[in-house]
Amino acid sequence: MNKLLFKDIDEPGLNTIDVYRRRGGYEQLRRALSMPREAVLNELLASGLRGRGGAGFAMGKKISFLPKGALDIYLCCNADESEPGTFKDRELMQKNPHMLIEGIIIAAYAAGANKSFIYIRGEYVLQADILDAAVLEAERAGFLGENILGSDHRLSLVVHRGAGAYICGEETALLDSLEGKRGNPRLKPPFPANQGLYQGPTLINNVETLATVPAIMGMGGDAYAKLGTETSTGTKLVSVSGHVKRPGNYEIELGVSSREIIYGLAGGPPEGRSVKLWFPGGSSSPVLTGDDLDLAYDFDTMAKAGSMLGSGAIIVVDDQTSVVDVAYKTAYFYRHESCGKCTPCREGTNWTVKMLERMKAGEATPMDLDIIASVCDNIIGHCLCVLGDAMAMPVGSMVAKFRDEFEEYIEARRQESYLGTADPEPELALIQGAVA
Amino acid sequence: MAEVRRFEHGSRVPGWDASVDLRKDPAGVPDPATTPVPAELRAEIEAQMAKYPDFRSAALPALAAVQRHHGWCSPEGIEQAACVMRLTPGYLTAVATFYDMFDTVPTGRNRVYVCTNISCSLRGADELCHRIEQLTADDADIQVKHFECLGACDIAPMVSVNGIYVGPVELDEVDELIDDVRNDRDPLPRKQLRLRPSADTLPMGDGQ
Repeated sequence: MNKLLFKDIDEPGLNTIDVYRRRGGYEQLRRALSMPREAVLNELLASGLRGRGGAGFAMGKKISFLPKGALDIYLCCNADESEPGTFKDRELMQKNPHMLIEGIIIAAYAAGANKSFIYIRGEYVLQADILDAAVLEAERAGFLGENILGSDHRLSLVVHRGAGAYICGEETALLDSLEGKRGNPRLKPPFPANQGLYQGPTLINNVETLATVPAIMGMGGDAYAKLGTETSTGTKLVSVSGHVKRPGNYEIELGVSSREIIYGLAGGPPEGRSVKLWFPGGSSSPVLTGDDLDLAYDFDTMAKAGSMLGSGAIIVVDDQTSVVDVAYKTAYFYRHESCGKCTPCREGTNWTVKMLERMKAGEATPMDLDIIASVCDNIIGHCLCVLGDAMAMPVGSMVAKFRDEFEEYIEARRQESYLGTADPEPELALIQGAVA
Repeated sequence: MAEVRRFEHGSRVPGWDASVDLRKDPAGVPDPATTPVPAELRAEIEAQMAKYPDFRSAALPALAAVQRHHGWCSPEGIEQAACVMRLTPGYLTAVATFYDMFDTVPTGRNRVYVCTNISCSLRGADELCHRIEQLTADDADIQVKHFECLGACDIAPMVSVNGIYVGPVELDEVDELIDDVRNDRDPLPRKQLRLRPSADTLPMGDGQ
C-alpha cells in the first residue's frame, strides 16, 4: 500500500521546511492557489474524505455549509487529541508539521477563511514547540501572511495551547476555550459553521483530516476516492495500544480486516493470550469482542456492528483482564472530565463510578447492573455534547456483553468481603425496599 | 468498605470558604497604579494578547505565563495577569480552576504526570504510579499527579516529566527516573518519546 500520511515519516529533518520542500512540499499549495476556490472544494468533495476526529462527517460538505459573505471565516484545527487510546495526531505533528500547515492553508483557501488556529492540548509541549517553529518557517517563506504566493489569499495561523481538559476536544467547547473561557460545550444549533468562534462562521477539522488535504490535491479527489471502500475512502492512521506486542500508529487503507490490524500489524496479544474485547475507536466506542475480529475496519461496518470507528484508536484487552476493571477505568475517566454543565452527564458518570466501586468493594448486587444500564440509557442523547454518551456507550456495552462475568465478579467479591461472612440471609431485602 | 470521612466540625470542611472572602465585594479590575507587574510577565502577556482577534483569547497563555513566573497560579499572579488584560481576577480564577494543568494551590517545582488511563493501566500504570508516589511522598519539590490519557499509549506505561514524555517505564527504572528529576537531569534519555521511531516503519517482529 502507498503511504500518504506516513510516507518516510522517520526521515531526519522532515519537520523542517527545507527537507519538506525538497520532497515536493508546498507544491500542492502552489497548484491549489492557481485554481479557483470552487475547483479546490470540488476536489475535496470528490475525495469523499470523512473527518478523522471521531464524528466522521464529510469534510468537503462541512466547507460547503459555510455561509458566503463579507464575514470573517475562521478555521480551527482540532489538535486537542485526548481521547484515550488516540495518539496519531501527536506523531503526525511532531514528525511532519508542514504537511498539516500546508493542508490548513489549502483548506482555508477553499473555505475562504483568513484566520486560522491550531488548538493543541497543553500536554503536547514538544509538538507545540515544533509547530511554533514550523509556522515561523512558513511565514518567512511566504506561505502564511498577505498575498500568499502572489495570489489574493491571505491567512494568519496561531498555535494555541490548551491546559489539560478532555472536553476541549468537543468542537464548541474548543471554541469557548479558544475565546479564553472555561471549556463548556454550547447548545447546538447554531452550529459552528454558522456561529462559531467569536460568533463568526467557523470550520473545525481534525489534524489528520487537514494533513490529508495536500495528498488529495496531489493525486486528485477521484483517485483518492478509489482508496478504501465506497463510503469510507482513503487511508487512515490507526493507533493500536493495550495488550499488543507492537503498539503504535499504523497507516491502513480503510476496509482492511480488523484482525489484520491487531494481529498482522500490531502483533496481537502476548503469547498464550487471546483478545477478550477491544475498543475500535477510542474509549468512547462501544466495545467489540474477540468474535468481531474479522469485521472490516471502516466507518460503516463498525457502525453496523453497533460500535464506531471514532478517532481510529484500537485498544486491545486480553483474556487475563477483568472487564470490571476496564469499565471502572473508563467510567472514572469520564467522571473526571465531565465539565458539569449537563446533569445527566455530571451525575450519571459519578453514580456509575460509585456503583463500580461498590462492585470492587463487594457491596454490589446484580441489581446495580440494571441500574447502570438504565443510567447509561438515560444519558445518551440527553446532553449538550456527547461526553456523557461517550461513557454510557462503552460501559453500557460492557455490561450488556459481559453480564455473566460482572455477576460472577460481584458474587466473588461479596464472598470475600464482610458481607460474605455475615448471616447468610442478611436484611438486604429490606434495605432494598422490598416489603417483608 | 470504602471509608467515609467524618469531621468533628460537621459538614463544613475547614477551608471550604478559603477561595473567597464572602464579606467583601468581588474584586474589580486591578488598578495598574497599585498592582506591580514584573516587566517580563507583562511583555509576555501583551505579546499573547496581540496574537488574537479578541484579547480575551489570551487567557490560557496568560495563565500559563503566570504559572511559569510564579510556579503556580497564585492569587497575586492572577491579579497581575488580570491587571494587564483588564479583566477581573475572578474571571481568570474561574478559568484557571477548570484546567488540570493550572495549579491554584502551591505545588512542587517539578511536575510529574503519570498516565493511569485504560491503555497505560493495562500495562501496569497503577503500580507504577503507586511506586512513584511512595518514592516522592516527602519531597515537596515534586508534584506527582495521576493524569488522564496523555496521548502516548504506544509507550505505555508512561510518565510526563515537566512536559517531557518518557516510556515505557519499568518498575525498576523508577528510582533512576526520580533521581534524574531531583537532580534536574534529562529524565531517562533512552526512553524518551522524541527519539522513538514510528511503529509503522519498523520491520515486523521488532516491536517493544
